[in-house]
Amino acid sequence: MESIAKIIGQRVAFGALTLWIVSLIIFAGVQLLPGDIATELLGQSATPETVAALRKSLGLDIPAYLRYFDWLRSILQGNFGTALANGRDIAELIEPRLFNTLLLAASAAVISVPLALIGGIVSALYRNTFIDRAINVVTLASISFPEFFVAYILILFLAVNAGILPSLSDVDQSTSALGRLTAMALPALTLAVVVLAHMLRMTRTSIVNLLGNQYIETARLKGLPEWRVLVRHALPNALGPIATVIVLNLAYLITGVVVVEVVFVYPGLGQLIVDSVQKRDIPVVQACSLIFAATYVLLNLTADVLSIVMNPRLMRPK
Amino acid sequence: MFSINRGDVDYEDLQLLKKLVHMNGDALVSVTGAKDSWPENRDTLLNIRNLRIEATVYPPGESPKSVILVDDVSLTLKRGRVLGLIGESGAGKSTIGLASMGYGRGGVKITGGEVILNDRDILKIGASGMRKLRGREVCYVAQSAAAAFNPAHRLMEQVVEAALLHGMATRAEAEKRAVALFKKLGLPDSETIGRRFPHQVSGGQLQRVMTAMALCSEPDLIVFDEPTTALDVTTQIEVLAAIRDAIRDTGVAAIYITHDLAVVAQVADEILVLRHGKLVERGMTQQIINHPHEQYTRALVSVHHIDHKQNDGGNAPVLSAKGLTAGYGDGAIKVLRDVSLDLHTGQTLAVVGESGSGKSTLARVITGLLPPLAGSIQFDGRQLPPLLGDRSKEDLRQLQMIYQMADVAMNPRQTVATIIGRPLEFYFEIRGAERDRRVAELLDKIEMGKDLANRYPAELSGGQKQRVCIARALAAKPNLIICDEVTSALDPLVANGILKLLLQLQRDEGVAYLFITHDLATVRSIADSISVMYRGQVVRYGPKGQVLSPPFDPYTELLLSSVPEMEIGWLDRAITSRRMESAGN
Repeated sequence: MESIAKIIGQRVAFGALTLWIVSLIIFAGVQLLPGDIATELLGQSATPETVAALRKSLGLDIPAYLRYFDWLRSILQGNFGTALANGRDIAELIEPRLFNTLLLAASAAVISVPLALIGGIVSALYRNTFIDRAINVVTLASISFPEFFVAYILILFLAVNAGILPSLSDVDQSTSALGRLTAMALPALTLAVVVLAHMLRMTRTSIVNLLGNQYIETARLKGLPEWRVLVRHALPNALGPIATVIVLNLAYLITGVVVVEVVFVYPGLGQLIVDSVQKRDIPVVQACSLIFAATYVLLNLTADVLSIVMNPRLMRPK
Repeated sequence: MFSINRGDVDYEDLQLLKKLVHMNGDALVSVTGAKDSWPENRDTLLNIRNLRIEATVYPPGESPKSVILVDDVSLTLKRGRVLGLIGESGAGKSTIGLASMGYGRGGVKITGGEVILNDRDILKIGASGMRKLRGREVCYVAQSAAAAFNPAHRLMEQVVEAALLHGMATRAEAEKRAVALFKKLGLPDSETIGRRFPHQVSGGQLQRVMTAMALCSEPDLIVFDEPTTALDVTTQIEVLAAIRDAIRDTGVAAIYITHDLAVVAQVADEILVLRHGKLVERGMTQQIINHPHEQYTRALVSVHHIDHKQNDGGNAPVLSAKGLTAGYGDGAIKVLRDVSLDLHTGQTLAVVGESGSGKSTLARVITGLLPPLAGSIQFDGRQLPPLLGDRSKEDLRQLQMIYQMADVAMNPRQTVATIIGRPLEFYFEIRGAERDRRVAELLDKIEMGKDLANRYPAELSGGQKQRVCIARALAAKPNLIICDEVTSALDPLVANGILKLLLQLQRDEGVAYLFITHDLATVRSIADSISVMYRGQVVRYGPKGQVLSPPFDPYTELLLSSVPEMEIGWLDRAITSRRMESAGN
């Protein structure tokens, strides 16, 4: 058990290191953006004096590395600063948006993860038959299309033609829980279709890869039906790689939703980042990017820990 | 006209006789005796008739074709009896064993014959009928228990699984039975061992748990597929005795598959000798061991009789290791402790020990792959640099190596000629026609035809591959060849051929061998001096005659007494004397 605590400790340390490097890259990247926030905010007609004054008030005249350390320090204190566009506190601005994005991601995950696991097992059970091939073709086709295309197809069929779901997902604090669910249905479905294939294929491959093992033969020679051989004897050993892929896809659900949120006008973090880039609202862009990066790191960490916890050889040394 | 009384013959024999004497359409045999005094299949549990098994193979670059693995094999097994299946790899032993469960590995298909188990042909009962029979009427014990247990589940869960699946016991009953079986099979902590995961239990113990798993659903038949082959010789004897006693006490019938005739002689009532998927000979154990009829069986029985007179060797040691200590992880784990050895020109020094005794580490130290923590190596009178990178080309040339797995010791994309010719180019810069001539010469020395020069390793048999590796080592004209378990992966008869070849080459070329092995029979046939290793130390060292004669140290005695002898009743005697000794201590 001691060694596991050590491994997890190491992973956490690496995660923190990654986040720090990411913060450097984000900051450097934003510096490289063409144009200047002060000119952008004041417009073409601003006099050089007003621009210089604004630059000074925004702290843009201080050398970049000093601004970086200032930024890093305030983030570590939980202070993301204020938005340039409207002067609101960024943490306050992000909070409801993050909640919306997480809710959307969770709904997509609730649809896609069980489907992927069941589909993967069915595909492995009927491997190399018509059923397997059909599942293969459908899922591969679904990831081959860009997300916005899937989104528009779903809108066409479910919103325009059938008219059962709204094509706009405009929600706010006042929306009821049921209203939220209906509003989120289409974006959640789109995301689920997009991430399903990867998880499903991985589940199938991980299970099929284990079928050559001697213990699978042992299970078959006990007279177990094939589905029990897969679920009881192959699946527990395949959970490590499957969990990794699921978690990576969850991370994608949170960070990759930008396009889908824009298509459905869903007030999530993706929308916010797109708006802020347009407005050159640098502090907001930086904060959102950092949250995305933190989500990735955190979920990867979860995947690592999960695959350790699910391996009895690591959990119970001799 | 023959007249036969039912009471005098077996049902099976009679059927055969009837068939034989029915030839001209006239019954030449009349059977007397009351019909009901002789119920037909009363005792017969398994009756395999004219079994034919085929597999589809996919040779590279050719269209798939069907090969016959088992051809026209018939056998019968009575309740409570043990039938030994013996033969080399590829003889179809495991295939027949699995066929008795209606199972074929991979693309293997049963294409002919009948497998009658408990009075019905199981090849005709369909997939679901077969599932009901597996794990209930027939159970299987695999060669490597370590691979046969699922690493994700606790042992108990796996042991009771079949009994629960077939609804033969409640969980509580099945677990109680499992614990009783653990106890019977001599497992330590029988109450709690079931709570462990497979990786927490040693190989020998795991093999016993696997036997308990097979016995737990109280089947009529257990197929043991080389259950002790992967174990160390001192562990094998205990497991073998545990399995044999369990078979006796529970009255289960068994098919015992092995390539080791001495092992099967300890457990089987009857033996079936197979070769290339065909039946060679069948008989009672006593008869097969003592009076084999067929040439092939005779060869199997006398496999280890190589005549090798101990060679006292030249006076100059070619290799002299002094106080070698080596280990891994910066010396945190010491694998070799203070090992000293001398090997004289043209001699064979056998290093013998169980897995984990440090034999292979010794080879790694001598070849320079693992620099020792302490000690020195003298080679041909000069100090050998400890690190491979510091050794001269001449040092490298004089010390060659042959490995256990010839398969992975050769580049699969090079031809035999390239493989053998490489040392000629590298050490002697011989190229072109001269190289081809030398390669042909070497092929001749290893008793292989010149036409094999253009083959790839995949197109050679196991024995041929090992011969090519020998030729490659020989091409460098070394003074010393390290042979690391070179015959362990080979069938006994093929291994015998390799050993004879090595001895012949030693006589012709005067090369010395450092022969690493766990097999004492091999040591007996080829060594001039022996070093017995145990936990990284040399416990006994000297000329062969001296090492193998009493008085023994306790470990060597244990090792020698554990080697199965081709003699019925050896196991009982060995176990009894072992128990008495441990009681005396």
